[in-house]
Amino acid sequence: MQATPQGGIKPWLLLSPALTALFFLLIIPTAFVAVYSLWLSSATGLATREWTLSNWTSMLADPFYWAILWQTLRIALEGTIGCALMGYPVAYFLARCRLRNKSFLVLLLLLPFWISYIIRTLSWINILGANGLINTLLEALGAIDAPLQMLYNEVAVVLGLIHYLLPFMILNIYVVLEGLDRNIEASAASLGAPPFRVFLEVTLPLSLPGLAAGGLLCFVLGAGTYVTPMILGGPQNAMFATLIYDTIIIQLNWPMGAAMSMLLLMLLGGIVMLYNRFLGLGQIYKSLAG
Amino acid sequence: MSEAAVELRGIHKRYGDVVAVETIDMAVQSGEFLTFLGPSGCGKTTTLRMIAGLESPSAGDILIKGRRVNDVPIHKRNLGIVFQNYALFPHRSVYDNVAFGLRYRKCSKDEIRTRVREALRLVQLEAMEERYPAALSGGQQQRVALARAIVINPDLLLLDEPLSALDANLREDMRLELKRIQRETAITTLFITHDQSEALAMSDRIAVMSNGRVEQLDTPQVVYNRPTSRFCANFLGNANVMGGRVVGGEPGAWRVDAGGREWLSASTDTWRQGESVAVIVRAEHFQLDVSSVDGEVGNALQARIETVDYLGMSARYIIRPEQGETLELIHGVHHQPLQAGTWVRVWMPADDVILLPPGDVTALAPNDAARLSPEDATRLPPEDAAVGKGAS
Repeated sequence: MQATPQGGIKPWLLLSPALTALFFLLIIPTAFVAVYSLWLSSATGLATREWTLSNWTSMLADPFYWAILWQTLRIALEGTIGCALMGYPVAYFLARCRLRNKSFLVLLLLLPFWISYIIRTLSWINILGANGLINTLLEALGAIDAPLQMLYNEVAVVLGLIHYLLPFMILNIYVVLEGLDRNIEASAASLGAPPFRVFLEVTLPLSLPGLAAGGLLCFVLGAGTYVTPMILGGPQNAMFATLIYDTIIIQLNWPMGAAMSMLLLMLLGGIVMLYNRFLGLGQIYKSLAG
Repeated sequence: MSEAAVELRGIHKRYGDVVAVETIDMAVQSGEFLTFLGPSGCGKTTTLRMIAGLESPSAGDILIKGRRVNDVPIHKRNLGIVFQNYALFPHRSVYDNVAFGLRYRKCSKDEIRTRVREALRLVQLEAMEERYPAALSGGQQQRVALARAIVINPDLLLLDEPLSALDANLREDMRLELKRIQRETAITTLFITHDQSEALAMSDRIAVMSNGRVEQLDTPQVVYNRPTSRFCANFLGNANVMGGRVVGGEPGAWRVDAGGREWLSASTDTWRQGESVAVIVRAEHFQLDVSSVDGEVGNALQARIETVDYLGMSARYIIRPEQGETLELIHGVHHQPLQAGTWVRVWMPADDVILLPPGDVTALAPNDAARLSPEDATRLPPEDAAVGKGAS
């Protein structure tokens, strides 16, 4: 892409609908949240319009929040790694298969998005639950006497995250592999590299941009989710967004919830900015567009 | 030249119902520079990919240095391949690109360094070791790709249209360069191109391909001057290809009727009187130097120049003889080409009138000149005949 030398007002005019939407739907609400985080909460749950930093200071001083934040990042990272390990082979297969209806396979990948994320998450209860598929099956086979406890732990949360995030990872890797020049691999092979070495020395390094882009998307989406830990996790598996939900909906402490939201936003925003600084966001745009 | 470096025995390739390569039987001598020349879709790339091991033939055997390699995977064939788009490793420096193949051949660190430097010197890129491919020009990337392919001292160097992505001037330089490197290393080289000038300039032998077949396999001079099929005659250079009939004569001096006039041909083949033949007359074999010719010489004709296609070093003329169909003629130009409308006297040496079996006429795009109807010619006033000036 080349920057057009043309300056002036025209680009801004063309962008104005998008900028207007962004302003009213994103900037303004975020500003509201930011303002809320600086108001004092009252016993009724309504915020008093009195400026204070107390929400921020009490949050930042409380090791509980930091522990949950750390746990959030860890679970998101586990989910991301799981997605990478499970997604790469699928993306590789999609990119390399010579089936005529390859585009249909890619469409299948997007199929889960047509079903509500919450329902998809709830479906795991039917699989992992005490009366779920696995336990019923194992009991019928006589392998176990009492149902195994598979829900409400970190593994279930990570599993749910992978289920939710896997398509994003696959698509990002797929797009890069699909665009990879096969002659580069052929060259490596002709020079004496056996297939697995070709993969390690050429295919994998050249597909890292897709892996990194998919990783970022999965990590940010994973770290921001509250549905998965709420449905599949136990009390000890709370993630930061779950905490925000509790604070706002249950404790009705809007200012505190707002401060927590801002903290998570700044943290994930910082990660995205770091990524963009060192790797560039271009790859993500490419795979989302195509 | 003991045994053939490469031998193709009845190679055939089909994809489903589509035949990519009909049948190819040929041998490439060790140290030879052999070019597969043909239009796109003629099967030349498929043939190269089968030799490389990127495709497997549906039938037939491929032998490299006398060893059947049909079931030998690409990484065990000891080949150097240069692709049209270079296909360098973008994440490796020039040095590491060239060293790649050596790391899979039991070479010590020192030996790798020596050989990489030597290969880079051969392609005149010694100073670029540390650079990454993205920081190189197209021509430089091409040289790195070549160095990477020859550093492993391959049994066979495969070049898949390596010059076509370069711009015109660079392409001619790289042509000489490639030929020099090939001569110095004496690596058997198979070169794929659709560009006849590349093929003529570089090859020891050319295999002209069409529809999955090798039409002619010979030295550039023979392929150019003595095409053995109508396809070769049409594909290389500009030729007048006419359907004709043998009127009489004997080997070395045949009279044939084609394109509305009689031609003398020195063809040494034996033809029957009345037999259908294709008469091929190369556009640049016409002689325009009229002073050396008197009117009684065979194949002399008066013609008016219809159109002039100025090409710089030469000009392509469509000439309309007093009788018969129009002909295409190419002649050197010093300063000014001849003007349209000028009358010229041209002649064609009987040696250069080539007779071939008529072959499949419909498979060929008819020559522009031959497509014009002969009736048009009669409308031209022969009185205006004037000898061309200015050319040659």
